[in-house]
Amino acid sequence: MATVVVDVMPKPEILDPQGKAVLGALPRLGFSGVTDIRQGKRFELTVDGEVTDEVLEEVRRMAETLLSNPVIEDFEVHVEQHTVAQVAGQVLAEQGR
Amino acid sequence: MKVGVVTFPGSLDDVDAQRAVRIGGHEAVALWHGDEDLRGVDAVVLPGGFSYGDYLRCGAISRFSPVMTEVVAAAERGMPVLGICNGFQILCESHLLPGALIRNDHRKFNCVDQRLRIENNRTPFTAAYEAGQEVTIVLKNGEGGYIADEETLDRLEGEGRVVARYLGDNPNGSMRAIAGVTNERGNVVGLMPHPEHAVEALCGPGTDGLGFFTSLAEQVLA
Repeated sequence: MATVVVDVMPKPEILDPQGKAVLGALPRLGFSGVTDIRQGKRFELTVDGEVTDEVLEEVRRMAETLLSNPVIEDFEVHVEQHTVAQVAGQVLAEQGR
Repeated sequence: MKVGVVTFPGSLDDVDAQRAVRIGGHEAVALWHGDEDLRGVDAVVLPGGFSYGDYLRCGAISRFSPVMTEVVAAAERGMPVLGICNGFQILCESHLLPGALIRNDHRKFNCVDQRLRIENNRTPFTAAYEAGQEVTIVLKNGEGGYIADEETLDRLEGEGRVVARYLGDNPNGSMRAIAGVTNERGNVVGLMPHPEHAVEALCGPGTDGLGFFTSLAEQVLA
């Protein structure tokens, strides 16, 4: 089992009011040294079986069609393999233990 | 004319839009997001609200609802389609209109009586106005900042496809103060302000919005 991760970010030239709001809050909390924040979205797609090139291509199509809006956002796709402990944890959770 | 008004889960202004359609002299036909046909309507209005809770992006999920497949196909055949506020966002997500709408630059939700200039009166929804006419209608949005790349903006301006522009202070950071645009063919119009809230003197800032609903008849007569 694997997770395919799609990271979606506003394009660099697009104003990101949410990132700006978060940036503005940091100094009020006593954090300093951060000069910019961009806020994006992370999608974790759990897929059955092996992550082949075809699967990745399909995920890219999903990202282009629905997960991102290419007019204002860029996306990146990468694969995260589950560790043995994570898989075991999931199996136990499914068994209700 | 029969004018369909689509209700998505989370639409807010569908009933007001139906009323405006009737006051404008047409028959309002309620369409549901799950419908797979347009019930013989001559035009469609996509109303304001927060369809699908604005999940993912405003309009992103609505765009793939069954009724939108029909609306996109009909728009491509030339049917007049007006998207107001959330409807404008849906039309951009559907790629029927260029550009996108992002969060207001000042990050606050806006609700004001907004002055606009109607710049293109050749669309099926603006024929009742004079070109350059100044009107006041309601503007209420959180994500109404219209953006597109410079090339697209230049093309929109060059081809006269900016339908309406904000007057006075820019209320939401829209590039070039654009409040509404139309497609190349001129049958699809997206507008961030709400003309359906300005069709009766009793409630709202006046009746300046009524022209968006009476225009359909004028186009047919013309």
